[in-house]
Amino acid sequence: MKVIQYEAPGSIDAAVALLADSEDGRVLAGGTDLLVQMRAGLRRPGLIVDVKKIAEMCSIEQRDGGFIVGAAASGAELGEHAALKAAWPGVVEGMELVGSTQIQGRASLGGNLCNGSPAADSVPALIAGGAIALIAGPSGRREAEVAAVVTGPGQISLANGELVVAFKLPARPAKSSDAYLRFIPRTEMDIAVVGAAVNLTFDDGGTCTDACVVLGAVAPTAVVVPDAAAALIGSKLEDSALEAVAAAASAACNPIDDKRGTVEYRIKVAGVLARRATVIAADRARSN
Amino acid sequence: MAKHHVTTTINGEPAEFLCNVEDTLLDVLRDELRLTGTKEGCSSGDCGACTVTIDGRLVCSCLVLGVEAEGHAVETIEGMANGEQLHPLQQKFLEEAALQCGFCTPGFLVAAKSLLDTNTNPTETEVRYWLAGNLCRCTGYDKIVRAVMDTAADMRGA
Repeated sequence: MKVIQYEAPGSIDAAVALLADSEDGRVLAGGTDLLVQMRAGLRRPGLIVDVKKIAEMCSIEQRDGGFIVGAAASGAELGEHAALKAAWPGVVEGMELVGSTQIQGRASLGGNLCNGSPAADSVPALIAGGAIALIAGPSGRREAEVAAVVTGPGQISLANGELVVAFKLPARPAKSSDAYLRFIPRTEMDIAVVGAAVNLTFDDGGTCTDACVVLGAVAPTAVVVPDAAAALIGSKLEDSALEAVAAAASAACNPIDDKRGTVEYRIKVAGVLARRATVIAADRARSN
Repeated sequence: MAKHHVTTTINGEPAEFLCNVEDTLLDVLRDELRLTGTKEGCSSGDCGACTVTIDGRLVCSCLVLGVEAEGHAVETIEGMANGEQLHPLQQKFLEEAALQCGFCTPGFLVAAKSLLDTNTNPTETEVRYWLAGNLCRCTGYDKIVRAVMDTAADMRGA
């Protein structure tokens, strides 16, 4: 059995150089997916690059009115960051739904995204919020929309040697907020049957001026629902608008049948959750 | 390739060990350091039997590589009592019979201590959510939750 090399570099450049030199290197942030996959025999990388000694990947900073959240910062650290939670409650509550208290001590936004699960709880709210993935690689730095990073179940668009360093969350306008809801068959410790994230902005008159609705676990990747946003923008969230959100969300689903839910069930629940998450995001936005 | 030499702190004492990259912190604790109070249940982060803290943060030691412990402070169940003096949670678990087979108990105790260290007055809901990652296959949850609540009340009164 091949020997695994372990490195814990102190800089992004060193991490990129290590990954670029290896054909089967893996980034280790919290390890809550990687170690499980190694244990199950699904993966045996030749190189593990532990990125937690790189300050930029673990910090949460306010910048230009928004936030730069390190890709390896733990869910617990996100939950304890009062300013981040106030500005981006949907992003934080999505991340906080990942696993138990113990998992929260390790699991990260970067890992949740790059693991590529269609049911990743932190991803829909990142996409809804317009988050940008800050990526470093052998040819330098680049930025990508979060939705462009995951291309299918377990598949990501990063080139060899590239890694997600951090996420940029934009400045929040007034009267703006977000929410994420997940449905699972019990109250904790399960994988999403459906997830729904909504990001909304209102004008002073209470009319919705910007909206994004994103679903998880109902297609090979997270699904943006433009028809739901179109139903919200210009409305004051009348019942007719909320019904249109639910219908658009259900129509956007392309789910699988599995032990957690049937196709029909996921389609139905997606509409219900999208509507409920819209109401929660709106309540938060109007009180901002 | 030679094993990695790791220098760390365990239960306040300096410790060092040799391990392969794929050895988890749980493997190292049990097989190298003979700290067998930390239990192996699922080895996939679902059951919490292997719960420890690293730099005060609650984690599953089955999902941490031994090499990652370098330079960090690990606390295990063996560090919970002060000599012969049980921690109030340990004492309460005994008094209220908050254990049956006992296999999940170290993980529950480490996790509960971590909660009470930051929240001296948790609600029952907070206790149940905090401990959602600890499974008791004897299903003795009510007594466990009650013992944590009662310990918190005692410690507030002390």
